[in-house]
Amino acid sequence: MADAPQIPDEAEVRARWGAFAWTPENAEKAKAVIARYPAGRQRSAVMPLLDLAQRQVGAETQTQGWLPVPVIEYVAAELDMPFIRAYEVATFYTMYNLAPVGRYHVQVCGTTPCLLRGSDDVMAACKNRSMVKGKTTPDGLFTLSEVECMGNCANAPMVQINDDNYEDLDFDSMSRILDDLAAGKQPKTGTQNPQRHMSEPEGGPTTLKAMVDANHDYRSEW
Amino acid sequence: MLADKDRIFTNVYGFQPWNLKAAQARGDWDNTKDLMARGQDAIIEEVKASGLRGRGGAGFPTGLKWSFMPKEPRADRPSFLVINADESEPGSCKDREIIRHDPHKLIEGALIAGFAMRARAAYIYIRGEFIREAETLFAAVQEAYDAGLLGKNAAKSGYDFDVFVHRGAGAYICGEETAMIESLEGKKGQPRLKPPFPAGAGLYGCPTTVNNVESIAVVPTILRRGAPWFASFGRENNKGTKLFQISGHVNKPCVVEEAMSIPFRELIDKHCGGIRGGWDNLLAVIPGGSSVPLVPAAEIMDAPMDFDGLKALGSGLGTAAAIVMDKSTDIVQAISRISYFYKHESCGQCTPCREGTGWMWRVMERLRTGDADISEIDTLFDVTKQVEGHTICALGDAAAWPIQGLIRHFRPELERRIRENGGVMEAAE
Repeated sequence: MADAPQIPDEAEVRARWGAFAWTPENAEKAKAVIARYPAGRQRSAVMPLLDLAQRQVGAETQTQGWLPVPVIEYVAAELDMPFIRAYEVATFYTMYNLAPVGRYHVQVCGTTPCLLRGSDDVMAACKNRSMVKGKTTPDGLFTLSEVECMGNCANAPMVQINDDNYEDLDFDSMSRILDDLAAGKQPKTGTQNPQRHMSEPEGGPTTLKAMVDANHDYRSEW
Repeated sequence: MLADKDRIFTNVYGFQPWNLKAAQARGDWDNTKDLMARGQDAIIEEVKASGLRGRGGAGFPTGLKWSFMPKEPRADRPSFLVINADESEPGSCKDREIIRHDPHKLIEGALIAGFAMRARAAYIYIRGEFIREAETLFAAVQEAYDAGLLGKNAAKSGYDFDVFVHRGAGAYICGEETAMIESLEGKKGQPRLKPPFPAGAGLYGCPTTVNNVESIAVVPTILRRGAPWFASFGRENNKGTKLFQISGHVNKPCVVEEAMSIPFRELIDKHCGGIRGGWDNLLAVIPGGSSVPLVPAAEIMDAPMDFDGLKALGSGLGTAAAIVMDKSTDIVQAISRISYFYKHESCGQCTPCREGTGWMWRVMERLRTGDADISEIDTLFDVTKQVEGHTICALGDAAAWPIQGLIRHFRPELERRIRENGGVMEAAE
């Protein structure tokens, strides 16, 4: 597994993250998460808590966040589960970053529906900005990943950057989005095709046209 | 064409707000109490009579699935409904539209379905990458609690029912029902051996039913309009309306609700502006998401888009996610990329899949460039047959089928590449 992530567990990581604890706000959130599961089944909360921890690390480091080993240990202790059980969850699911990432995690979908619509151009726009797959740019701004189907296939090709999706991309619109992010501006999320609103056909829906301008109630026509 | 009044997901394009007030104005949560007052068995019978088959891919009759749940759950072993919103099948993007634009249809459906199968609570497992969609879903569930539609005496029905949202974290395999249960329990999402089936021992060892988002979200409308209404669409054994998702080489890709059994040509011409470059330019279609075999142009053009119609073509309806490929497509690359997907998503539990998916992808990559021997096509086909059916879950099958479809229909193309590659090498020598 040459491309498997290197998982840092060195003295520096322990020194930096050994004292990790929830912020008061996240402590409240963690409590609410655990309450969603039956008593004695608090282990079910490991996935949401790892996500919460990654976000807290992200907020502290001004990045998307990652999961240093001491942070995983903290979550495991909170849920009264062996570290290895939390660790195997963190390594099994792709959304947990096991090594530091940049400010923006650029996740280009490359699966067949996006491939057919030009995900290679989206990837090219990233490479044009000196981004390399699996690496963070030297300025710490962008980390590039190629990911598997993100479920936006009718709006392909697409990219997910941190929490937002950008859809119906081409080389130019992707370049513009990266420029905006680098300049500290928030680009428009969702479809980049001016002829589209969501997942309806380009140029306007072929069905449910009454819904475009008003919250139409069809029940009287039943 | 299906009339607008007969569409269930009227806000599928999100032109109007998703919130409770707007959803109620569209007819959701309208006297849910009366629907539930019909009684559990009557609801299950109505769903059975509607002919609704599961919308997640396998097409198992939904009402029948519910009837496997215990009629009198024990206090120490409550029943659970798990709703599969882990939409990750390449090509599929329908549950996302339901969740972000019509979440109350799903939540009302969860209450009614949970009541019908005598469940104590529902967990909606939404894929981790649907970050904004999950935010909407959390907010919609909170709205329903605040309005008294969930929780104690939900919707004043006298039934106590909770709905919880659980976010995944990026694993296609968690869309398999037992892997989803494992993941909900806070483990790696590796499928369980069946039996025991989830209806006997599922989440936390309790009776559990796992249903797709769309299967649950259509239930309230079926009850309001009656089983005969729903059954009036589509061919026998393939009833109802369905969200179709069309991606790839059509002029206007989209998600659209249509009647089951709509001919492929009509679906594309009415909603997608036709095939890019015209119908003569169509090469092949993957009609049901990446795991079903592709169908060549001539066979799919006038085929009915339903479970039985596509099965007859050696493929399947799956999630009704049609990936359209025109003649500019490198068909071997397209299928090879799907093989890479399965290699990436194999959970690693069963050897044939863990080793086989990577092996098949590497051979596919060589076939893409023609760097192979003609006999290797047969070897590859043979290996897909050895992966298929020899794993705990269907991911092995799903990895095998697209390759089998390619070899079945495009063998001359594979051989051409091998010959041309060999020819180039000879010329160089």
